Amino acid sequence: MTDILLLMKHELTLVVIIVLLLILKIREKEEGAENYMPFVNIMLAGNFLLGLVLNRGGELFDGMFVSDNIMVLQKNILNFGVLMISMQSSAWLGRHRHAPEFFVLLLSTLLGMFLLLSSRNLLMFYLALELSTIPLAAMCNYDLAKRRSSEAAMKLILSSALSSGILLFGISLFYGATGTFDFREISSLADSSALQIMAFIMVFTGFAFKLSVVPFHLWTADVYEGSPVAVTSFLSVISKGVMVFALCNVLYTVFNQMSSIWYDLIVITSVLTMAIGNLFAIRQENIKRFLAFSSIAQVSYILIGISGMSAHGMTSSIYFILIYIFSNLGAFGVVAIVSHASGKESINDYRGFAHKNPALAWILTISLFSLAGIPPTAGFFGKLFLLNSGAGQENWYLIIFASMNMIVSLYYYLRVVKSMFMDETEEEINVESTWLARLSLYICVGGILITGFTTGIYEHILSLAQSLK
Amino acid sequence: MNLTLLILLPALTALAIIVANAKLSKVIALSGATIQLILSALLLILYMKAAPAGENGFVFESNKSWFPSLNINYHLGVDGISLSMILLTAIVVLAGVLVSWKVEYRVKEFFFLLILLSAGAYGFFISLDLFLMFFFLELAVIPKYLLIGIWGSGKKIYSANKLALMLMGGSALILVGLLGMNYSSGTNPAGFSLLNHATNGIALNYQMYFFPLLFVGFGVFTAIFPFHTWVPDGHSSAPTAASMFLAGISMKLGGYGCLRVAAYLMPEAAQHYSWIIVSLSVIAILYGALATMMQTDLKYMNAYSSVSHCGFVLLGIGMLTKSAVAGAVVQMVSHGLMTALFFAVIGILYDRTHTREVKELGGLLRVMPFAGTVFIIAGLCSLGLPGFSGFVAEMMVFVGSWERAELAYRFATVLACASIVVTAVYILRATGRAVMGPLLKPEYMGIKDAAWNEKAAAIVLIAGILIIGIMPFHIIDLVSPGTEEFMKQIKKVALNN
Repeated sequence: MTDILLLMKHELTLVVIIVLLLILKIREKEEGAENYMPFVNIMLAGNFLLGLVLNRGGELFDGMFVSDNIMVLQKNILNFGVLMISMQSSAWLGRHRHAPEFFVLLLSTLLGMFLLLSSRNLLMFYLALELSTIPLAAMCNYDLAKRRSSEAAMKLILSSALSSGILLFGISLFYGATGTFDFREISSLADSSALQIMAFIMVFTGFAFKLSVVPFHLWTADVYEGSPVAVTSFLSVISKGVMVFALCNVLYTVFNQMSSIWYDLIVITSVLTMAIGNLFAIRQENIKRFLAFSSIAQVSYILIGISGMSAHGMTSSIYFILIYIFSNLGAFGVVAIVSHASGKESINDYRGFAHKNPALAWILTISLFSLAGIPPTAGFFGKLFLLNSGAGQENWYLIIFASMNMIVSLYYYLRVVKSMFMDETEEEINVESTWLARLSLYICVGGILITGFTTGIYEHILSLAQSLK
Repeated sequence: MNLTLLILLPALTALAIIVANAKLSKVIALSGATIQLILSALLLILYMKAAPAGENGFVFESNKSWFPSLNINYHLGVDGISLSMILLTAIVVLAGVLVSWKVEYRVKEFFFLLILLSAGAYGFFISLDLFLMFFFLELAVIPKYLLIGIWGSGKKIYSANKLALMLMGGSALILVGLLGMNYSSGTNPAGFSLLNHATNGIALNYQMYFFPLLFVGFGVFTAIFPFHTWVPDGHSSAPTAASMFLAGISMKLGGYGCLRVAAYLMPEAAQHYSWIIVSLSVIAILYGALATMMQTDLKYMNAYSSVSHCGFVLLGIGMLTKSAVAGAVVQMVSHGLMTALFFAVIGILYDRTHTREVKELGGLLRVMPFAGTVFIIAGLCSLGLPGFSGFVAEMMVFVGSWERAELAYRFATVLACASIVVTAVYILRATGRAVMGPLLKPEYMGIKDAAWNEKAAAIVLIAGILIIGIMPFHIIDLVSPGTEEFMKQIKKVALNN
């Protein structure tokens, strides 16, 4: 019993919070939504803190559910990201009638993600993936009055259904080829036969959809644009993060034998993703679409890191996701504040933004520089370590291509900076923000500025990754 | 002496600027830059006392582990070459802060970025770890973008973008080169330590592929032909202090990198590609000089002449002889001081007359004797008159180049020498038109001469120029252990072959 309590601690706390929220909702009075945000944030903070203590490794239910130190770290990172998002959305959800339901959906998604990370069985994996996707569609549609929001939800649910279908087909092929759902048995039976390669490609496609890797990225920009900012940041940070973690876990453990196959696959998709993501980001006018394509491009660097096939590959990916959470949430935090205050979401609306709101403008600038990989921000270290890991394979054309693409990406990040600092405007945006949102922005900027100089973090993740094998 | 002080001081200055108000931020920046200059002078004295110890000639080394698993260390150390660069930086930063005393638009951010840029330069010159070096190199790029884009003039956004993207392209190439070196040793990554790479050597096939990337990457910073195009636009759109920093410090980052990283760590490749470097630099020297002749805008003139002068730096490195390399280092210092002085005085003239066109200026010596004299001094230094630093540097490069006895190299040297004539033409013409002769326009009658801050800046820079020009042996003594070590590395290979 204590085993279950301790090993599934992350999942169980989430379930407790969900139940509490539901009870809260039932007791709600007829008129007037009260402000649930302080309560929700305290619970999420508690959830995050609880995740840091009393952790053990082990397995449950005949090895269907596994927990080890690196998974605990991954879950903690995700918990942290969710806490930040909830703090940033406090202005938007503060008086929203359906705030508790929003968090019920959000935490169900997170629960699905945690199970996804811990699963060691293809069926369980599939169920967890569905649990992490379907509530997301409802969240995308949270601005019920907006048609774009409904469109976004529709696009997300349809493309998710398609990708789940492909994934499921891949899983069934694996079952056909190996006769088992268990990861360890599949790993020992993996022999790169044609059927298995086919199955692997299908499973990889499922991942690619969720990660919005080109050519499976088409849903991303529309969904990001239509969804409320909080959901967009959740999609771009948490949802991406968990898929990167899962991809690492799966590729490095289950499909270790098939590395020569997935290496090619990853290199090809990474090159495509980088080129398309960067080139399309240049043309975007809406800042949410812009960040969508930028996040597509970011994934391609993570893929390069994963392609390194060493403990450094896994480490640098996790390290990068941590930094990516800080940087992207820093950017989305500012976008959320501006969008809530003025409803403006175009890059041109940010003209002259720095004159009236220097602090927010600098926060957005630092976050964008971190995404572009400019020192002294943490993004510099994250990106460099990913490339360093990828360079271990000595595929120099790939590395040159990737570093040249950093110039392209710098160009479009600078576009936003230029808009804010160098352009003039008559219409000034008046923003006001809650202290929770400001606090989360400070935490993000602090993380961006400090993470790179703290040597312990990378080494800690590396030691966890090395203990895996 | 703990070298971390050199980075810590600008960092603290920058932090203090953030919390201070606009008026105070100037004072903080000025005092920070002054203390930094004193600190650098102190470092020089201490360096002279500590007889160059250590097998590579680096002193005041400190080595702390940063990312141990990736072999990345916080490794600092200086030798004569880096020390002369640090002194140059300190002087130019002080002068730059002084001339920007009258900036009124977003003062805090302006000085914050200036100091941040200088921190990048200091860090770059004192690091002995390639990762650390790269970190500081990139740290110095973005402040330039913001300085030009926000406080610049003319087509500032175009120039700022061009500069940022081209320099970023350069650093992208450097990044690939560094990763290549890291994986050049076969099984285990070799790490990023400069000294380890120097002692262990880098496998020949890796050198052949990665030397061009590194050299061109650093070359972009120092305006290697054909990647020099950011220089004219960037310099002419930048505010005065930023132009001074760009030409005085930033272009030196590239030259120093070519010398210390590319050629020093990959001596075989440096010899192999020497003829390409020499040809490109001769093209830059001649092309830059001829292009300068055609300019009418003073800032464009100085920018194109910078391309030409920085060509001498690359020429010196490409020739790979002791005097040529020493000449390249002296040229970096000399050009840094001279060009910063030039930009400062152009800034003064522009502030009073609101034009930078040579044709619209004339006879300014009559109304602004100080600024006019400074203009003449900068010009004479630029054309390499004996007694000024430019002469020493160019002479050393030419003498060193002549030591390469092959016909093609001799030919290249002669061509490079020919540029001096062109330089004399454009400098004398501009000086004659702008400051000599009768006063061109009556409204120039009432303009004021340089103010105290501008005078102080000019005096600091001229002092540097004259010390090198009149007593060249001091700087030659300072850099020669470093160049000897460099030549040892080059010759070690020559013996092996």
